Amino acid sequence: MNLTLNIWRQANATAQGAMHTYQLGDVSEDMSFLEMLDVLNEQLLAADEDPIAFDHDCREGICGSCDLMINGQAHGPEVTTTCQLHMRSFKDGDNITIEPWRADAFPVIKDLMVDRSAFDRIIASGGFISANTGSAPEANAAPIQRDKALRAFNMATCIGCGACVAACPNGSASLFMGAKITQLGLLPQGQPERDSRVIGMVGQHDAEGFGGCTNIGECAGACPKEIPLDVISQLNKDLRTAIKNGH
Amino acid sequence: MTTGSTGTKSGQTLVKGSRGTRSTIALKILMALSGLAFIGFVLGHMYGNLKAFSGQAAFNEYAEHLRELGEPLLPHSGLLWIIRVGLIVALVVHVVTALMLTQRAHAARTQKYAVKKNVASSVSSRTMRWGGVTILVFLVWHLLNFTIGKINPATGDTGDAAGDPYSLLVDTFDLWWMTIIYLVAMVALGLHLHHGTWSSMQTLGFTGTAASRARAKAAGWIVAVVVAGGFSLVPLSVLLGIIEK
Repeated sequence: MNLTLNIWRQANATAQGAMHTYQLGDVSEDMSFLEMLDVLNEQLLAADEDPIAFDHDCREGICGSCDLMINGQAHGPEVTTTCQLHMRSFKDGDNITIEPWRADAFPVIKDLMVDRSAFDRIIASGGFISANTGSAPEANAAPIQRDKALRAFNMATCIGCGACVAACPNGSASLFMGAKITQLGLLPQGQPERDSRVIGMVGQHDAEGFGGCTNIGECAGACPKEIPLDVISQLNKDLRTAIKNGH
Repeated sequence: MTTGSTGTKSGQTLVKGSRGTRSTIALKILMALSGLAFIGFVLGHMYGNLKAFSGQAAFNEYAEHLRELGEPLLPHSGLLWIIRVGLIVALVVHVVTALMLTQRAHAARTQKYAVKKNVASSVSSRTMRWGGVTILVFLVWHLLNFTIGKINPATGDTGDAAGDPYSLLVDTFDLWWMTIIYLVAMVALGLHLHHGTWSSMQTLGFTGTAASRARAKAAGWIVAVVVAGGFSLVPLSVLLGIIEK
């Protein structure tokens, strides 16, 4: 298939960016979206042009590195990561607009690459449990109900790709925080630091410049791991409880 | 932004000493609580308006009774003023938190998308801000019309000369364009309540399961239809001649 690609090009973090249009022919429907960009980059290199920088790593849908806004949807039209999106989701003659995640807390590094270290700092501000090393307790010593364990696992599938922030009109990372808060809040190991966790994560979230949530649900609609909107309710409840407990 | 931990992009550092009460979620909780106060108010207000179907004497008596509520423990209009002060406080909280959160949301994405699709959000959720402004502008006219100035748009009279509450109501809605303005405001209110009701439950943390989320969304539909529909009955009935002097 032949495609017209409108792609954001930006030389570095401080440069002024702009949309550039590229024509790409002979695209196979069996290519992944990133392979299609690889082909375009080979074409650009052959013409002595600067290839398009984009984030990718595992290309298996598990690392959360790939992060493209494709035709106005985070990770494109399918519920999956960009690397697992295939060109069969598009048709000959399509116009495809590709942009980086747009959030001031995710500054552009180059072209389509953004700096998502704000997520790392949110996790470092409470999205963990403290455990002593060297004397690991017997794993089966802390019984956990099966439904809670399953739900905790489902929330732990968040790969931190940032699609929720990209899709949110407020640029909020509430779904990302909610997934971690819900996961750890369901487990006995998460209880001792429960209040300080939510306070620390939300404080860091706000300081990074993410917006407030308006519960509209675009985040859950864009999430490749289908984290549900009710984790934001859990986040709000945990914060309310922490305030009540004097935090 | 004046709150401590918000809006100060710290770049590469971890924030120390965050306070829950200074967070965006605290602002949202204030917005949800003030919104719930309004939901309670509009439900009562809508129910009271239906007295217009009982005729002039009953409606005027109802209007006067609002001022006698709480007597003799409270002075004349005492409870009414307590409610009014409560509503004014709720309005200030609702508008100020809305402005703060809107400002944050705009600052969170200064570079817009060239193409952006909405796939999971309702129309009502995306019109909360402009819908809220619409309701606020309408509220100013509504108070001038029936409470503060008592402007009778049919006769141009104001104050006591505008007539008793029932006459003022019938004169106002006998004007087709006045009824249209009120109906448009009720569409804005219905949309605002549709998202606002469920959103307040979510913000207060009552929708932690798929089932409770579905219930809160259903409550949003019910509140929106009952309130906007109930309010709209009176102006429509005046225009159609069902309610007349």
